[in-house]
Amino acid sequence: MKRRPLVAASAAALVAVFGLTACSGGDSAGTAANGVDAATATSADDFGSFDELVAAAQAEGELNVIALPETWANYGAIIQGFEDKYGITVNSASPDVSSAEEIQAADNLKGQDTAPDVFDLGTAVALESTDYFAPYQVQTWDDIPAENKEESGLWVNNYTGVMSIGYDSDKFEAPTSLDDLLGSEYAGSVALNGNPTEAGAAFAGVGMATVQQGGSLDDFQTGVDFFQELNDAGNFLTVDPTPATIAQGETPVVIDWSFNNIGQQAETPSWENAVLPGTAYVSYYNEAINADAPHPAAARLWMEWIFSDEVQNLYLEAGAFPVRLAAMDEAGTVDADALEAAGGLPEEQVTATTEETEAANELLATEWPKVIS
Amino acid sequence: MKWLGLTPFALYVLVFLAVPTVLAIATGFVDTDGTFTLENVAHLGDPVVLGSFWNSIWVSGLTAIIGGVLGALLCVALTGSKPGGVLRRVIDAASSVLAQFGGVMLAFAFIATIGIQGLVTVLLRDALDIDLYADGVWLYQLPGLILPYLYFQVPLMVIVFLPAMEGLRREWAEAAATLGGSSFTYWRRIAAPILAPSFLGSLLLLFANAFSSYATAAALISQGAQIVPLQIRGALIAETGASRANTAGALALGMIIVMVVVMAAYSLLQRRAARWQR
Repeated sequence: MKRRPLVAASAAALVAVFGLTACSGGDSAGTAANGVDAATATSADDFGSFDELVAAAQAEGELNVIALPETWANYGAIIQGFEDKYGITVNSASPDVSSAEEIQAADNLKGQDTAPDVFDLGTAVALESTDYFAPYQVQTWDDIPAENKEESGLWVNNYTGVMSIGYDSDKFEAPTSLDDLLGSEYAGSVALNGNPTEAGAAFAGVGMATVQQGGSLDDFQTGVDFFQELNDAGNFLTVDPTPATIAQGETPVVIDWSFNNIGQQAETPSWENAVLPGTAYVSYYNEAINADAPHPAAARLWMEWIFSDEVQNLYLEAGAFPVRLAAMDEAGTVDADALEAAGGLPEEQVTATTEETEAANELLATEWPKVIS
Repeated sequence: MKWLGLTPFALYVLVFLAVPTVLAIATGFVDTDGTFTLENVAHLGDPVVLGSFWNSIWVSGLTAIIGGVLGALLCVALTGSKPGGVLRRVIDAASSVLAQFGGVMLAFAFIATIGIQGLVTVLLRDALDIDLYADGVWLYQLPGLILPYLYFQVPLMVIVFLPAMEGLRREWAEAAATLGGSSFTYWRRIAAPILAPSFLGSLLLLFANAFSSYATAAALISQGAQIVPLQIRGALIAETGASRANTAGALALGMIIVMVVVMAAYSLLQRRAARWQR
């Protein structure tokens, strides 16, 4: 970590203590050279132009991101691309923490140089943490469907996966329905990525089982019942699957996001990704700027970067479906090969609404422990 | 003035142990807005939570008893060896290392040896046609904790119980023999009563050790939060909006209550045991 010069730091401290507004011409933290306060900017125009935003971000020189595993939805390449393009150092902290822990980190590190600048969050956490976000509208704002963004830009959907079944093709045929997984050849083989009372991906797994088994999302019991059957058949593997357990063969079948299962292929060539026919379960993740970002301009530039054609295509390359996919498809800027490799967006897709999610959480809290016992 | 020397240590304990503990428990009595509430503590009465306390207690109790008995037998066998001899030194050193061998490395050691694709599992399946997991994969469920926990319980027992065994004086055995007692009489009437407080005290320490273990279980068990530390994990990291972080404080309070009871019993037993160690 580079330290800020003492003068600027003291100025920032003075501002914090006495509520002084930074005077123009000073280069105290959070103020671009032309006197724009980056922390309150809600679009690139507030900086004067996109180039001015880039200049302000480069003056800060650093960006803190959190909870972005390099193997998740191509984040390794996305971070690298940002560094190469703008010459800004990206500090990636705690790649494997959950969405809830991102917000805790913002709380614990508030006012420090190491606090996260931007978040990548699951929907449940995003909706209950809006106080932490700063509104911002990216240049490609109009491309993003209204239902995929908060109207002022507090949070914006960035990408989604489809719930899929990753499996080792050396051992198994491609499953065509969930009921296939109940067969004896799958004994002790089927893992779910996380615990649905804790992890978004696992929650989506139960959602997927619900719709695949003919239930509706206002009652996740259908999905819980499927996992109960899976466990009774002796096929449910209750260890937490990681790239290591997949590579070692310990978890030969994993229910997870398609982009994780596609990402695993680089390490495990025999790993295949099966999206079941019928209704697909999707759930967008959300991009948001920390209202107390230590690098407010860099945070806004990152936001622009995430919703640029380049990064939206990088998501697609990893098998995640970016939020601007439809608009880019129309404009002809989409990476056609990547879209084909990702299997195209399924015809029929569903996701749990806020009310459905709450009801499902209550149900899972009491019913999920019974599945295992 | 004579307390001055203790000050650095007292400060250390205060800053790194007492204050965090109090803060953690305090979060159990407020809601997310910081207003006082008893709701989180009421959460301790939830059947799932009560079940996890019960699971924690029986797993810790079982591994403490098995580990205690095996460790004590090892100590008895060791008393036959020379006090400064090679065997004693090797066992001592190995115990010190293995008692600290826990967490993710221990879990992965088990996954690599007796996991579904583990070395031993595959060997048994191919060579002897024995299927360890015919009735489901127990390694990644509650019973799967017993074996890994024993891996650090037995060495810990050796470390804490061996000094008590060494406190048995040869003269007592000789005196008993001189008076016509058999070796069984000596063990029943002299050694066992003297060792009992130390043995029970060591069991309590082992119980506390297993009760507070988290990382090994977290690496092995993903589905369901069958023991209290995993419940706390769930409360703290849940991203589905299913639980509230503040219940973690109440769960910690529950754990501390169990630990205080155990530690109070331990110190009482230590006082009794000390009578024979002067």
